[in-house]
Order: sequence, then structure tokens, then C-alpha cells
Amino acid sequence: MSSLAVHQTEPVAGSTPGTAQDRPPLRRRIALMPTVTLLLGALYCLLPVAWVVIAATKSGRELFSTFTFLPGTGFAGNIRDLSAYRDGVYWQWMGNSALYAGLGALLSTCVSAISGYALAIYRFRGRETLFNVLLAGVLMPPVILAVPQYLLLAKADLTDSYLSVLLPQILFPYGVYLARIYAAAAVPADVIEAGRMDGASEWRIFTRIALPMMIPGMVTVFLFQFVAIWNNFLLPYIMLSDDEKFPITLGLFTLLEQGANTPALYTLVITGALLAVLPLVALFLVIQRFWSLDLLSGAVKS
Amino acid sequence: MPYTKRRRLVRTAVAIALGATTLAACGSESADSDTESGPASLTYWTWTPGMDKVVDLWNKGPGKKDRITVTVKKQASGDTLVTKILTAHKAGKAPDLVQAEYQALPTLVSNDALADISKTVGEAEDKFADGVWQQTTLGTDAVYAVPQDIGPMMFYYREDLFKEYGLTVPTTWDEFAEIARKLKKAAPGKDLTTFSANDSGLFAGLAQQAGAKWWTTSGDQWKVSINDAATRKVAKFWGGLVKEGAIDNQPMYTPAWNKALNTGKQIAWVSAVWAPGTLTTAAPDTKGKWAMAPLPQWSASDNSTGSWGGSSTAVTTDSKHRAAAAKFAAWLNTDGKALNALAKESGIYPAASNAQTSGAFLKPPAYFANQADFYTKAADIAETTAPAAWGPNVNVAYTTFKDAFGAAAKSKSDFGAALDEMQADTVADMKKQGFEVAE
Repeated sequence: MSSLAVHQTEPVAGSTPGTAQDRPPLRRRIALMPTVTLLLGALYCLLPVAWVVIAATKSGRELFSTFTFLPGTGFAGNIRDLSAYRDGVYWQWMGNSALYAGLGALLSTCVSAISGYALAIYRFRGRETLFNVLLAGVLMPPVILAVPQYLLLAKADLTDSYLSVLLPQILFPYGVYLARIYAAAAVPADVIEAGRMDGASEWRIFTRIALPMMIPGMVTVFLFQFVAIWNNFLLPYIMLSDDEKFPITLGLFTLLEQGANTPALYTLVITGALLAVLPLVALFLVIQRFWSLDLLSGAVKS
Repeated sequence: MPYTKRRRLVRTAVAIALGATTLAACGSESADSDTESGPASLTYWTWTPGMDKVVDLWNKGPGKKDRITVTVKKQASGDTLVTKILTAHKAGKAPDLVQAEYQALPTLVSNDALADISKTVGEAEDKFADGVWQQTTLGTDAVYAVPQDIGPMMFYYREDLFKEYGLTVPTTWDEFAEIARKLKKAAPGKDLTTFSANDSGLFAGLAQQAGAKWWTTSGDQWKVSINDAATRKVAKFWGGLVKEGAIDNQPMYTPAWNKALNTGKQIAWVSAVWAPGTLTTAAPDTKGKWAMAPLPQWSASDNSTGSWGGSSTAVTTDSKHRAAAAKFAAWLNTDGKALNALAKESGIYPAASNAQTSGAFLKPPAYFANQADFYTKAADIAETTAPAAWGPNVNVAYTTFKDAFGAAAKSKSDFGAALDEMQADTVADMKKQGFEVAE
């Protein structure tokens, strides 16, 4: 994720000296500092990524004995070993992560869109109180809730199931918050009024008129939640005990913690971690155009 | 670890034993009858690689006959698993069987998470060395687990380099220190070994060898003596070597450490019986150049070692089929076929004494092909394991160890102060948890 954040800042860093060109040379020299700082920051973020990429190509023998940034020869072998580990359970973890993150993010985006829209458009008693409670939820780290959620789901006999990981992640307070802000800005009250005048039902107004206007914002919510679920560790760790239901984060952890008398499977973990980032990178690249649309629409409005 | 906060409920190991016996008595009717008749389906949390294959042997053999089926749910090892077990226990959802390191047993027992299985597994006692078995009883009449694997400590050294520099294998710690100095003089760029603070088990094992008993009970009080004379001696010894620069002070298990072993910058390692596995990945280029010897002793007449690592199979109080689960635990860790499979599939060093020199252990590990009697020697060493004394908050002591000793090793300062800090933190935490601690 960090690498992507850097991708985003890079054009900014590049454009700073560009705009400075029109100004007197004195200003230009000052702009050098921020550029260098940002470049250092980029290096700081990218070096670990480069390490993972290069280390993933090293075989077990090469990993600790060859120069750190010298690519190795074991990439294909590492992937083969990873796929062979416990009859390919790694790909099962990958599939589980895709399910948890994909379905979870989709459901939570739907919930966020509906609740955010309702909070933005309708006036009802206790609306602000509700919103403030939600804001408190944004401040509450989800980690704190993992254990109470486990105890709750244990009462419903749902632990160690796919649902136990999906359910707690469907309500995403930050998503609702974003959706409300976005709906308030992107859906003009006049449009809704016009819809009502034409006799459309509230549901129809929401799905046919408001929702399309909210899409860019909802893509953001989806992405945030997707990444949050993909990287989530503690909740699935507490909920799940069957390693065939593990998401990738937990799976890699079990590869690392094999017990004192068994060496950690470093090469597998490194290769596995690299492969686990690829879907996130792909997702960002694909969905990025929605995002720039989002940024653009904000710019036009201001 | 919020779940260890059971105020005053459990004061001593004795009280624990009583409590567990009463609990067991409550549930014994259903538990006992289940073994004899009804089918039982058990879940087993373990981190041992290849355990599913070993359990298959049970499910197809003795388990089929008794209609007891065991399902393995593979977990990550370590303190986090203890937390997970306790969380699940809080909800009454702990699995029937869990793998637990010896030092975690008091924590689990003081939370009433483990059942007393002495009735079912009591006769297995003579298959294990006393020092090993004693760790599963916590000094009571109850039995809370069946030992699975052990990690008796040994001294590993580069045979070729020892010869090159004219070093003899140390039999006492004094000789060990002299050899370290001698090597430093002969080859200033090399170190005999390093003092690493990132695995507390190593230090605990060294203290155990010196005769330390960190946690004991008397009456209904716990006594914590982490900074007793024996441990102080160990801390002073290693602190002195680090301070004078006779050995390195860098942590183990880092890429730099791997490299130091692989290139012969460090030529010895105080470790345990599982070291061949670690060395295989850490120092692949030096295969066949290492040899193993007993740990140096504190005085020439001593003959003891500590243990580093090792785990057991325990039955939880949440299990509805305790007797059936205990039966499986006993089979897994005493049956010849099961132990052979464990050695082959999982590479563990068995706790059961007779398994240590049979089957897979007739031949030395591939990395030590040059030392034909590796496992005979290992079994002899295992027999000399000093008794261990674990308490209900080993995790706290271990965490403080890593912080305090890590800092002391880095700055080459006084290890005694770090030891006092460890004692103080551990006592404070036990008091906070509601245990009675004797001053």
C-alpha cells in the first residue's frame, strides 16, 4: 500500500519544480529542499518493496548469503514450493482473502452508501446524535472490538466460519462518514426534489439518481475497505481456527511461526508476501481512473 | 494478556489442582462414559508441521476402533496462541486438544483452561524423564499435559576451525570463557559466539542448568526468584564476556547472524537439540563442519543441562470428551508408530525416552552426517536435564528479558541490573493479577 501512496505523491513532487520554473531563480532553489525530502521519503518507502521483490527471487541458500540487492535464481522454485506447501493451501488463502475483502468491501460499501445518503438527505430527530456516535466509531480502532466481537459471535455459534470474518467488517463507520460527506456534496437537493415532483419513489430516487452521482465516492469507500480487510490480521486470527479458512495474512503468519524446533520458511513467506500485494496493486491500477474522476470533480466544484 | 486477570480465584498450584479436580469431577460422568461407548469428534490446535499426517494414522488405526476422530487445525506457534486459547476458553469454545509449550502450562492452568488427565494418562509417566514429566504436573498430583518434544541444550562448534585455532571443546564455563578470549587473540575478527537477548528461552535454559528455580510455591504463596544466586551467576558470566568484548553482542536469527555462522565469523553456538534444522537454513555452506558436545558445566563434577523449547499436548476443560482426548494425547506421544511418524513428518525430538534412540534417530541428522553418534549423545544429554520451574506469567518475564537484556547487551552494561528489572516486573505483574507473592 505504501508504494502506491508514493506513486500518488510522485507527480506532485515532480510538478513542484515545474511550476517553480516560471518564478525567479531564488524561489527555485528553495523548492529543491521539498523535492529532496520527498525523494528521500519515496526511497524510504520503496526500498523495503524493492527488498521484497529481490528477496523473492532468491532460493533458501541464497537468501542470507548473497548480496542483499543482488537478484537470485530461485523465483520459479519459490513459487513452486509455495504452491506445493500443504497441497496448495496458499492459493486457498489467497481465494479466502479475495472473498473476505471483495464481498466484505462490496457489502460494506452498500451499507455505507445507503446510510450515508440517508444521513445526508433526510432530516430526522437524532440525526446529529447518530452521526456523532458514528464519528466516535471512526476514532475507535477496530482492534479493540475484535475480542468482544468474538465473544458475541461465539454466543451465536458463528465462530470459525466465513461469516464470522465477514459480518463484523460490513459496518464501516469511516465509510458511512465518507458517504455522508460525499452525498451531501455530490447530490444536489434540487435533483431529489425534482425526482419527487415526477413521482419517483424514494428508493427509485436513491438507486437511479443519487447512486450514480455517488459512484466516485463509493469507489473510494470500496478501496479503503478492501485494503483494510485484505490487511486485517487480528479479527480473523481470533475468529478462525481452521487454516483452510485463513486469509493470506494469517496464513503467512503460520508459515513464519512453525515452532521453536522448525526453522521459519523465510523464502516462502517472502514470496507469499510479494504475491499477496499484487492483487492490491492491480486493484488500485484498475480503479484509479474512478479516483482521478473523483479528484477532478472536487476540483471543478471548488 | 487481559484474560489472566482472574483475581484471587487461583492462588497457588495446589489450589489450581484442587479446583481442576472438582471441575473434572463435575464433568467426569459424561467424559468417562464417552470414551467407552459413544463416538467422539475432537479438534486439535497444533503448530507442528505435518501433524495432519500423524493424526491420520490415529484416525485410521486406534481411533477408528474407539470411534474417536481427531481433526487438526494448524496454528501459528508462540505466546499469541496462548492468548487465542484463553480467548476461546472465555467463550467456552476452546478446542479439545491444544499444543502448549511447557512454560505456557501454568498460565493455561491458572485460567482453568486445562483439564486434569491424570486418570487416563497417569501410567505414561515412566516413559518420560522425571524432569520432563514434572513440567506437566506443576508439582501437584494432577497431570495437565503429555510431553511431546523437548529441547535439551547442547554446545555446537565448528570442528575444523576449533582445530585450526588450537581450541579444545570446553567442558566448563570457565574454559568456555578462556577459549573465547584465546580465539579473540588469535583472530580478532572472529567471535566464539554471541549473547543474544531476542530469545528468552536460551537464557532461561542456561539459568535452569545453573540450578535456578524462577517460580516456586510454598503454602498458598508464589515465590519468584528470577534474580537468585544461580541466575545472577549466569547473567554475570555472559555480561562479563560481552563487556570485555570476548564474544559478540549481536542478536541471533538475523540475516547478519546467519551470515556470521555461514562464513565462520562465529564458530560456536549454545543451542538445543533442534539446532541442525536451524543451521541447515542459516549456514548451508558449512554443512558437515559442525560438531555437537554437551553444554559446558559450572563445575567439573556437574553434569546437567537446561532445556530450550519443547511442547506438550494438553486437553482443555471445554472438551466434552476429555477422556477420549487424553487417550489420543497419550497415544500420540508414547506409541512407537506415532513417535516415528512425528520424527519423520514433523522433525521433532521426542520427549519419550525410548523413542530418542530408535527409528528415525538411529542415524544422525543430515547436517551432522560426520557425527555418527549424534542422537545417542543427545539422548544421554537429555537425561541430565535439570528440573524447570515455570510460573503463571512467563510471558511477562520473557518480555522484560528481551527489553532489559537487549539494551544491556547493546550498551555492554551491567546484566545484574537487567536481571533485577526482570524480577521486579514479574512480581509486580503477578500481584496485579491477584496472585499472592511472597517477598
